[in-house]
Amino acid sequence: MNRYPVWVYATIAVALVLGTLYTLPNFFGEAPAVQVSPARATLKADTAVLGRVEDALKQAGIQPTGMFLDQAGVKVRFADTDTQLKARDIVDRGLNPDSASPSYTVALNLLPNSPRWLSAINALPMYLGLDLRGGVHFLLQVDMKAAIAKRAESLAGDIRSQLRDKNVRHAGITREGNNIVVRFREAETRDKARALIAEQIPDLQLADSGSGTDLLMVATIRPEAQKRTQEFALRQNIQTLHNRINELGVAEPVIQQQGSDRVVVQLPGVQDTAKAKEILGRTATLEVRMVDEDNMNAAALAAARAGQVPFGDEFYIERNGAPLLVKKQVVLTGDRLTDAQPGFDNQTHEPAVHLTLDATGARIFKEYTRENVGKRMAILLIEKGKGEVVTAPVIRTEIGGGRVQISGRMTTVEANDVALLLRAGALAAPMEIVEERTVGPSLGADNIKKGFDSTVFGFATLSLFIIVYYALFGVFSTLALCANLLFLIAVLSMLQATLTLPGIAAIALTLGMAIDANVLINERIREELRSGSTPQAAIHAGYERAFGTILDSNVTTLIAGLALLIFGSGPVRGFAVVHCLGILTSIFSSVVVSRSMVNLVYGTRKKLEGVSIGNTAWK
Amino acid sequence: MEFFKIRHDIPFMRHALAFNIVSLITFLLAVFFLATKGLNYSIEFTGGTVMEVSYAQGADVDKVRKALDSRGYNDYSVQNFGSSRDVLVRMPLKPGQNSADLSKAVMEALNADDRGATLRRVEFVGPQVGRELAENGALALLITSIGIVLYLAFRFEWKFGVAAIIANLHDVVIILGFFAFFQWEFSLPVLAAVLAVLGYSVNESVVIADRIRDNFRKMRKASVTEIIDNAITRTISRTIITHGCTQTMVTSMLVFGGPALHYFALALTIGICFGIYSSVLVMAPLVRWLGVQREDLVKPIKEKKEEAVV
Repeated sequence: MNRYPVWVYATIAVALVLGTLYTLPNFFGEAPAVQVSPARATLKADTAVLGRVEDALKQAGIQPTGMFLDQAGVKVRFADTDTQLKARDIVDRGLNPDSASPSYTVALNLLPNSPRWLSAINALPMYLGLDLRGGVHFLLQVDMKAAIAKRAESLAGDIRSQLRDKNVRHAGITREGNNIVVRFREAETRDKARALIAEQIPDLQLADSGSGTDLLMVATIRPEAQKRTQEFALRQNIQTLHNRINELGVAEPVIQQQGSDRVVVQLPGVQDTAKAKEILGRTATLEVRMVDEDNMNAAALAAARAGQVPFGDEFYIERNGAPLLVKKQVVLTGDRLTDAQPGFDNQTHEPAVHLTLDATGARIFKEYTRENVGKRMAILLIEKGKGEVVTAPVIRTEIGGGRVQISGRMTTVEANDVALLLRAGALAAPMEIVEERTVGPSLGADNIKKGFDSTVFGFATLSLFIIVYYALFGVFSTLALCANLLFLIAVLSMLQATLTLPGIAAIALTLGMAIDANVLINERIREELRSGSTPQAAIHAGYERAFGTILDSNVTTLIAGLALLIFGSGPVRGFAVVHCLGILTSIFSSVVVSRSMVNLVYGTRKKLEGVSIGNTAWK
Repeated sequence: MEFFKIRHDIPFMRHALAFNIVSLITFLLAVFFLATKGLNYSIEFTGGTVMEVSYAQGADVDKVRKALDSRGYNDYSVQNFGSSRDVLVRMPLKPGQNSADLSKAVMEALNADDRGATLRRVEFVGPQVGRELAENGALALLITSIGIVLYLAFRFEWKFGVAAIIANLHDVVIILGFFAFFQWEFSLPVLAAVLAVLGYSVNESVVIADRIRDNFRKMRKASVTEIIDNAITRTISRTIITHGCTQTMVTSMLVFGGPALHYFALALTIGICFGIYSSVLVMAPLVRWLGVQREDLVKPIKEKKEEAVV
């Protein structure tokens, strides 16, 4: 009656082995490391970079303990922090000859010390939250009203130039909030304008009002277009933040959308909030200028390289390494750019980047391209007063309509990168910090120790009591609880859930609550024994009868846990994740695992005189 | 070892009225303090800036206050936090103030009299986020309550669901009452603790409800009062041992967890202590007032059960 079929034991064994495997990485600790990642979206971390890092270290006589390439970049492990610091400077100097504009971010990091075969099966240590490792957390709110207003402003410009192109006379265009109001003298012109705008600018919803000679046409942005604008603004802001944070040299930044208009930024290890904020709030701009074709000869370029730049020009190096003289006069700025998307050329099917300019931008662009066919123009990204040539294409024909395509000598990846860079230059809408948390590294270490201590001492006391009170069954209960802890940590590591201090508290609390199931079972068994059942029957009845109760009580606890998970944020969510997972693992371990031990010890005996479950003889 | 050598059922129900009056009084007191004193919300809910500053030697709270006063700050609060070397400075929200500048300015003020103060932690919460957190917290409480009532109504009977949720919300109100009375800081982890306690205390009610159902099947001739008395007596050992074990963990957090977990553990402690009381002595009488009968629980389940037993 108290025997499990072999497959149950097998399942438990497999679960225990998996649990141990995935819990293991947490015990190896972390090794000091240096992480190299590209500082610009146009660069890639590849085997070439790995080679350069290796050479630089070899020349300096530094022996790394491990080195590998992954999606984030090149990671090099060192034996101690002194070597790590030295290596950081050496790698930085080796990869970034010009320290004023670094191509690669070289950051200090900690890497799990676990053996490679564990990493190979994706067994990684739990991810520590900022309150445990130290760092900065920001919650930024994107000002969507401003994004929409900006869009309305640019649409008003579009209407103006459309009406001018088609010679439709209006009596003034104004933006009132998110509406664009166009005035007309005659109804006829208004009808004409309405037809034109409805066709050309589908994003607008048009309505008539006013009477007599003061006729109005009110244009509002359609809800779906508004939504698109907002999504675009958020995406662009996140991209911009990514680019800027790359410069901070943070090893594992988290930049995520939260809700429809918020961005979470987490920078582990960063202490200087003021610096972080300055970088997040900085503005970058895009500029279109003409290449100075008159001076693009070998002599002038050589002179420019030596510092003799012709008057009115600036010297740049293109991404492919070619030198370039660009006029200082600005044709267009990024304010006129409304979108940039990667795509393909319609005729040649080459990778291309499609730019969309607003009405004013389109007009300027048309004039310039008409006058400069065959010449080159340069698109520059200006940041912190320093410029970088993103691309310098040749103008083939006059380009009107505000739709510009940059193509030629580009791979799909490059097209993606350029589109990204062009979009990411500036923030689409202003952002405001609505929440900030900074945790010092010493506090983080303190928190880990305190959380660990509370769990260990609590668990030890509890185990001692249970063993004294329930004798051998207490030992089973304690072992089941250990299995629960093992499963819980394994699941957390597998899911790479973020462990926070409330999370550690939840582990402790879950263990304290999980013992309930074993107490219920043990008490039931004692009761059955007291009422005269044979030991085997008592064990059987104890487990069977207690199971329904255990399930009910865990479901109610789970309801509370799920509500916390859904509605909680920040620290509460960290607590809720661990709490919910803990409830699930505890059902398995306290019922199945503990019973398997009981079955192994008692289930096989034919004549069982008594069980070791403490005193039941008082009746 | 055995603590509970109880030979006869304890007549809990005889004193039900007394227990209910005691509960009602504690409950009303808690509501009174919540209404008059209110909760001392942390900046997570109210918005504002909080800074934890650590000094190499002991921190002098008066000096910190003087340093802040001299810079023209008012409306702040300074207190020791955890050890004598750490202080917590709280600043309310001010429109147009940048949190980075604020924490920098405060640190400059504190370091003006060369005491070697280091910033351990800064937290800034804008007003909007705070309001959302409060709303979401209330919503989580509501959803949890509804979920538990529905589940218990489905598994047992609506009378158990209603009784259990009244008993356990009474715990929640009492925890909040404690926080209001002592003006302890009510933060997000405390809210998590309150909800965890709600789920946990309901366990208690479930165990007793389960026994009551069991007894209705077995003790065919007993009265409802006898059945409830027996159910509570039979489960009292489990109740006390389980809560003792959970409390062991929580006490460990209270002792070793430091200031960050202090109020979290405190809320759990109050919740666990009142949880025992409320599910045993509030929920059970409520079930009886609501008029639970054998027919409510036994009829449909009985036949199934007979099949299942071999």
